[in-house]
Amino acid sequence: MHYEFDFASVAAHWPLLLQGAWTTVQLSFLATLLGFVLGAACAVARGSRYGWLRAAVSGYVELIRNTPLLIQCYFLIFGLSSVGVTMPIMAGATLALVINIGAYSCEIVRAGLESIHHGQLEAASCLGLSPAQVFWHVVLLPAVERVWPALTSQFVLMMLASSILSSVGAEELLGVANRVQSDTFRNFEVFLLLWAAYLALACLMRAGFWLLGQLVFTRRRKLGTPL
Amino acid sequence: MSEEQLLSLLQGAWGTVLLSGLTLLLGGIAGLALALARVSALPPLRRLAAAWIQLIQGTPLLVLMGVCFYGPALAGVGTVEALPAAATAMLIYASAFLGEIWRGCIQSVHKSQWEAAECIGLSRWQRMRMIVLPQALRMATPPTVGFAVQVIKNTSVASLVIGFAELSYNAKVLNNSTFQPFLYFGSAALLYFAMCYPLSRWSRALERKLHAHRR
Repeated sequence: MHYEFDFASVAAHWPLLLQGAWTTVQLSFLATLLGFVLGAACAVARGSRYGWLRAAVSGYVELIRNTPLLIQCYFLIFGLSSVGVTMPIMAGATLALVINIGAYSCEIVRAGLESIHHGQLEAASCLGLSPAQVFWHVVLLPAVERVWPALTSQFVLMMLASSILSSVGAEELLGVANRVQSDTFRNFEVFLLLWAAYLALACLMRAGFWLLGQLVFTRRRKLGTPL
Repeated sequence: MSEEQLLSLLQGAWGTVLLSGLTLLLGGIAGLALALARVSALPPLRRLAAAWIQLIQGTPLLVLMGVCFYGPALAGVGTVEALPAAATAMLIYASAFLGEIWRGCIQSVHKSQWEAAECIGLSRWQRMRMIVLPQALRMATPPTVGFAVQVIKNTSVASLVIGFAELSYNAKVLNNSTFQPFLYFGSAALLYFAMCYPLSRWSRALERKLHAHRR
């Protein structure tokens, strides 16, 4: 069989596709930001002195890390709407992604926190830093710096996985691409185009994280190496 | 939930297990080839494998599924069944990740082991087979079991483009006809959890054992 590629009819829908890509970027940005905050908070809570808090957080982390994102989305979005809680699809999609990525980043940040030597804390308090200063400058920032490469990979994977949210109706890149498919019947071209688009987004996101790492962690050393 | 509905969910779970098993088997073979190519003595082969891994790791699985489902028909092979299409996409996906995990394990075998093997006159292939791979295998087990959890979870994506009847697909079908999302998606989540959690625990136990000397 001879197949003639027809990218022109797909490319004619570029404003829609661009809008979808922009939605993916927005969604990923919001989920990265909120998910990181949630994950860091959970990582700190896992070292809390209250047993119930530790148990609750580890239950949340295990539950999320051992079930697929797709099922979590269905459960959250279809489930909530079945009991009358409705929200805009973007809010639901962001919520699902944040809950998902929060659990993963919790584990990563926790690994970073555990790598901080006890001697560092003692040295910091000997220097007269307040507990808040110790936490911020001696514990959190160096911990995050150490696991920055792992966080980058995890958030890029999350951006790629956000394509799953099209199945609950989010109008992100894959969601609009589905619409283009049903308009043009050019499924294969659309998927090839998506492949390139996601690859470009992943590269951009890696570059963004690298740049952010350079700006936030100002001490000049290779990221991810021992302190 | 009636007995039939429960049976449908369990059938879906079987589909998930089947697809995951196929993925790990085929993806493992391809991943090993990729890992060996990544540490090969030939620079073009190394670069090719690295490029492949970058390419696949930067692509959503859902897009791979689409390409594998619609691609063969356009190439003239004819339409493919849901399972082969899903397994092909999962194989490509798993090969890139396993290849990179295993490359790390191969390279973390101590340099002196490579040198010693060379000194006693083993060929490159003998050295890899008899000295490096057995030691890399020990290190590779915990992350590989951990990745198996990712594979099980990601088979859920096969329900979307391809419509392969696995756990998520059957749960969605049940929900579409009964409108009880909490019940069906909750049960599906429980079943996934029952499959993944033991593996997660096992992976962690293996890792603790491996790092016993550091504690």
